[in-house]
Amino acid sequence: MRDVAIVGAGMTRFGELWDQGLRDMFVEAASGALSDAGADRLDSLYVGCMSGGQFVGQEHLGPLMADHLGMTGVAAVHVESACASGGVALRQAFIEVGSGMSDLVLAAGIEKMNDGADVTNVLATAADQELEVYYGVTFPGLYAMIARAHMQRHGTTEEDLAWVAVKNHRHGAMNEKAQFRREVTPEQVMASSLVSEPLRLLHCSPVTDGAAAVLLCPLDMAREFTDRPVKIVATGLASDSMALADRDDPAFLDAVQKSGQRAFQMADIGPRDVDVAEVHDCFTIAEICCIEALGFVEEGKGGPAARDGITAIGGQIPVNTSGGLKSKGHPVGATGIAQTIEIFRQLRGEAGQRQVENARVGLAQNMGGSGASSVVHIFEGV
Amino acid sequence: MLPTEEVRMAGIAGYGAYIPRKRIRTEEIARQWGKDPGVIERGLLLEEKSVPGFDEDTITISVAAGHGAIDRAGVDPQKIGALYIGSESHPYAVKPSGTVVAEALGIGPEVHIADFEFACKAGTEAMFVALGLVEAGRVQYAMAIGADTSQGAPGDALEFSASAGGAAYVFGVDHVVAEVVETYSYTSDTPDFWRREGEFYPRHGGRFTGEPAYFKHVLTASRAIMEKTGLTAGDFAYAVFHMPNGKFPLTAGKQLGFREEQLETGWVVPTMGNTYSGSSPTGLAAILDIAEPDDLILITSFGSGAGSDSFVLKATRRLPEVQGLAPTVRSMLEGSRQYVTYGEYAKFRGKIIAND
Amino acid sequence: MPSPRYTREIPARYRLAAGRCSGCEKVVYPIRRFCPSCRGEKFEKLTLSRKGTVITSTVVHVPPNDFLMEAPYAMAVVETPEGARLMTQVVDCDPSTVLPGMEVALEFRLIRREGRSGILCYGHKGVPA
Repeated sequence: MRDVAIVGAGMTRFGELWDQGLRDMFVEAASGALSDAGADRLDSLYVGCMSGGQFVGQEHLGPLMADHLGMTGVAAVHVESACASGGVALRQAFIEVGSGMSDLVLAAGIEKMNDGADVTNVLATAADQELEVYYGVTFPGLYAMIARAHMQRHGTTEEDLAWVAVKNHRHGAMNEKAQFRREVTPEQVMASSLVSEPLRLLHCSPVTDGAAAVLLCPLDMAREFTDRPVKIVATGLASDSMALADRDDPAFLDAVQKSGQRAFQMADIGPRDVDVAEVHDCFTIAEICCIEALGFVEEGKGGPAARDGITAIGGQIPVNTSGGLKSKGHPVGATGIAQTIEIFRQLRGEAGQRQVENARVGLAQNMGGSGASSVVHIFEGV
Repeated sequence: MLPTEEVRMAGIAGYGAYIPRKRIRTEEIARQWGKDPGVIERGLLLEEKSVPGFDEDTITISVAAGHGAIDRAGVDPQKIGALYIGSESHPYAVKPSGTVVAEALGIGPEVHIADFEFACKAGTEAMFVALGLVEAGRVQYAMAIGADTSQGAPGDALEFSASAGGAAYVFGVDHVVAEVVETYSYTSDTPDFWRREGEFYPRHGGRFTGEPAYFKHVLTASRAIMEKTGLTAGDFAYAVFHMPNGKFPLTAGKQLGFREEQLETGWVVPTMGNTYSGSSPTGLAAILDIAEPDDLILITSFGSGAGSDSFVLKATRRLPEVQGLAPTVRSMLEGSRQYVTYGEYAKFRGKIIAND
Repeated sequence: MPSPRYTREIPARYRLAAGRCSGCEKVVYPIRRFCPSCRGEKFEKLTLSRKGTVITSTVVHVPPNDFLMEAPYAMAVVETPEGARLMTQVVDCDPSTVLPGMEVALEFRLIRREGRSGILCYGHKGVPA
């Protein structure tokens, strides 16, 4: 494998983007990444998107997006792994450049969720249709069952969950791209309407439109495009039982642990070496489970981490400095790339008020479904 | 002539019933329409009625009752060669309820299936045919079910009675818990109550449903079967008649010479309501729950349109052995209940129309 | 739900048909080609008991469109005495009482309707034991 670097990034604002369609958002993010790097050509591009087919009735996204980027002719393909589609697109681009097959590869993630589709039903296609969705379960419902199992097993409280939202909103309030740039109090979180007990509205990431893109090239070509490339040092991808009922411990996300272990092994580092992390907080409980599975805290100790300040900027391991999915927004297919961009900014010292001091090693973890797929990337500033 | 113990006679090998846990009180319905609940309760002798949940229909009630019948019969469902379900609320207009029920109970595919409809006597109609096939030796066991999620138009008197529930019977020549001593059917074209294809609610002829319809058929059939068997009211331990409300079956029973003690066990209507095709079959199940060997039982159904089926049954020594093998009717009537408001009732019964 | 897709699931949904792996004893519901725990391909058929214990649960307040009339409703992962786990609604009780450890019976119920004119889809739901 050749060393691979990210040399440019671009993304739309996250939110309800009524004036932009799926292709418009892609073009804004992708052309932003290209111009950030001063690049005017591509060998190939990957588009991560969970469900263009169901959200806007559009499949065959690879050539469509290449066409609108003015790059007709390049190798272009759509990658899908539910909410981990963006992270998996990055992995495919990383492997393609690392293998020596291509030099300039774009990894993008896009999702248009506010065009009138039944979002609950579309998202539920990432769960098991026959064993779960058939019976009326929703995505918040699955994570609520994970939360209740975690509470039962580890004594995690509703207040612990609320603090994840409080912390991520605090971070997101400083992010000009975030959907919700405002802080919330634990009282507000715990008084918000019930979505699926014990999860309330402010435990849930919002419905978001958005796109994000990064440009990859071999590390030894990186200086051609930027003075501050960020090296992708490792990738890890893993799967778990699709149905929650098939997991021995519904409070533990096995795929997250495996994807983390694979990435740490490839990078030859451990969780303590990470300075800043973006993890998949589609629901507050998800952040708690992910920081446990990645080894940032002990298993069962994720509950109080946000309240105790461990995962805040300035804490032992700052998590979701971007605001996370919770505050920044969660255009599902775009999330993995947006997480990558936050780490890219942090490792280049460009995160402004959100900057983690002396951040050198960063990690992004992106998952699909109720944790049936998880992909982890580790990055290093150069 | 009554059979002796030695004669191998077809009869009921197993029975089961099911009544949904949701209930609505008569006074709650009366309040909705500005009626005096006391007058209704005294006039119709109805305290409350069962309400099907959003997820209960004739098929699910049949499966629940059918499990009880198979458990009590102690027979391999694969040996059940016929399955008949009588109902006037089959969930599909076209596509049998019986195929779903058979698959769920592990019956078939080598089985003859039909859905019956004859207003409130479709259940005993199914029992009559199932019995006949077993007596003929055409099948080893046959299952008959009477079940309904009864319809009654909002504001109509029927709304106080139309309820949900049913009972299932396995007929055979062995494992018998109650022999069928005799049957009798009486039928005429009497348009007292009907529902046209595609219509939501049934309509009825008001007081025409009484004397010329219910009483004429129930009394004629009951008298005829007693005459046929040479039995009198005093010979029976129990009797049950179709229960469109609390009053009619008691009136009919008294006219036939039955005392209250013979009638009260099967008289489940005050707290169950009228489960239409499931009405007299569920009353019979309540009787079998406590009957003793050699007890004689009379059941006479009534279905508008109109007709009555009568059966004379005799409990065997096996009956007490199976009574505890499935939930009793009284345990379901008096066990855990969920009382619903009229608004919830309207929602469960599909009377609230939402967007697609 | 298209009827071909529905029909294939009938044995598992209607009769709780499952399999016990001959290699590792794991009970697999519904039955599948490979045992998820040992990749064995030999299964002994078994029917799950119509009862179980709640492992974890929730009350869904924001339902999918098809379940609008039923919300709020409880959902749970239920473990049968054979060790199989299944996702199911728990009904006929106050949904807030459906918590880990609750004993339930599994009853045959209507799970969903495909609009006003489509097929009716059945399966099992938990009720208080």
